Amino acid sequence: MEKKTMTCINCPMGCQVTVEYELKDGKADPGSFVITGNTCPRGKTYAESEMTDPVRTVTGTVSVTGGELPVVSVKTDRPVPKDLVMDVADELMKIKAASPVKIGDIVAANICGTDANIVATSNVRVC
Amino acid sequence: MHKQIVIIGGGPAGLAAAVAAKDSGIDDIVVIERASSPGGILMQCIHNGFGLHTFKEELTGPEYAERFIRKAEERNIEILLSTFAIDITADKTVTCMSRDKGIFTIEADAIILAMGCRERPRGALNTPGYRPAGIYSAGTAQKLVNLEGKMPGSEVVILGSGDIGLIMARRMTLEGAKVKAVAEIMPYSGGLKRNIVQCLDDFSIPLLLSTTVVDIAGKDRVESVTLAKVDEKLNPIPGTEEVVKCDTLLLSCGLLPENELSQQMGVTLSPVTGGPVVDESLETSIEGVFAAGNVLHVHDLVDYVSEEASNAGAKAAEYVKGLSGKAGKGTGYKVETGNGVRYTVPTIIHPEKVSDLTTIRFRVGNVYKNPEICVYIGDRCVIRRKKMICAPGEMEQVVLKKDDIATLKDGETVKVLLENI
Repeated sequence: MEKKTMTCINCPMGCQVTVEYELKDGKADPGSFVITGNTCPRGKTYAESEMTDPVRTVTGTVSVTGGELPVVSVKTDRPVPKDLVMDVADELMKIKAASPVKIGDIVAANICGTDANIVATSNVRVC
Repeated sequence: MHKQIVIIGGGPAGLAAAVAAKDSGIDDIVVIERASSPGGILMQCIHNGFGLHTFKEELTGPEYAERFIRKAEERNIEILLSTFAIDITADKTVTCMSRDKGIFTIEADAIILAMGCRERPRGALNTPGYRPAGIYSAGTAQKLVNLEGKMPGSEVVILGSGDIGLIMARRMTLEGAKVKAVAEIMPYSGGLKRNIVQCLDDFSIPLLLSTTVVDIAGKDRVESVTLAKVDEKLNPIPGTEEVVKCDTLLLSCGLLPENELSQQMGVTLSPVTGGPVVDESLETSIEGVFAAGNVLHVHDLVDYVSEEASNAGAKAAEYVKGLSGKAGKGTGYKVETGNGVRYTVPTIIHPEKVSDLTTIRFRVGNVYKNPEICVYIGDRCVIRRKKMICAPGEMEQVVLKKDDIATLKDGETVKVLLENI
């Protein structure tokens, strides 16, 4: 029996939710989950998703050439697997976008093979 | 120059107020903004999570700001950029300064204060040590990284676990810095749970509660900070000191409403919030002067800033149209706090001026489990709502009905308090 404890993010209670589980093919087996510590059903749902498919939207900046600002803010247009967050951040450091950049412009496609695109979240005009 | 409504500040509060005032039928509006573009502090808040209440989707700060900038543009609202408001008199003359126009004045029928807030600086924290490079407020670091593309340092300690500090812990980590710890003097964090998990836990950054910085070493550049545990009175406990090597210290130690202009014009401020004392119309102690957003009280969510500012904009428009206020108003009824409730906004209610629904926002002073939020009008309980938890870091609100407010009799008050704590 394996065990993992996490803080639920749904409300300020911040319940410490513990999931006990069995490993199956090196992965946590959802059928084996015993979830304790949650005060409401949202805690259970949160723990299940964090155990099976934790994802995060990554936000950051990429360099811009010829713009009024040296960087433009960006985000992944869909959440990416939590394990790949640092890889995505490292990729962002290598990207150079050419000004002008507008909100919604795709500055990189299929980042780190995740199917997520990197899209601009602000405007940078040509200087 | 004369304007019917002058709005001081072009951040989320100022923009929402301008849009609402325009939609309420006032065309002669100007927004004074000191930066070279509108949007305020949202422009450097590039993380997501904004707008869930307003737009039912998660936006980043600049995207949220863009929605309101576009609304202002569609309505041809005049925004004076790179312009400072340097003085406002009690008779509502605003003195402004810009490179293009020099110093000029605007006489206003109504003014909406929307100047936002500022971070508590190092000088207010009494932390010993020299004044080396490498000490930044979290918001300054955020501006450097997110707008100017510069990293303030590579080994970081963060003092204070407010949301900006937590957000910057993650941001600095993603940009390749090593964040060694977030120290919080209180036994709990003032930040949102979501930020503690997704900005610290996700990156294994330790959150040290009941801990503060007692020394900063380094003369030209920060070389290390000394952390120590504190007792219940928040005094450092001798023998618990730990030296942490770092080149950067970020401070996220609270936000203060920015009310120098309000004070100059003589607006009465609340000693609890640091913002103006306002009534149900968000009108300050000076007739025709309204306030909304973080200048009034520091919010957690921009959605509520926009909502509050829209209300202020609509009420300012009513005032200008002569629908309210000018004929003089009664002294109103006090909104009192008690039993765990630290403050309310508003603190005065004029029954003759209320809309159908009046929102009262408030904060509690401690963490309370299973409290009941209660509102009494006189001795009549009109709202009783069970909560699983109330915490200082999360603003609460109750909505009063006009009919209930109408039952107020001379000598009575509205009371907002927690029961069952």
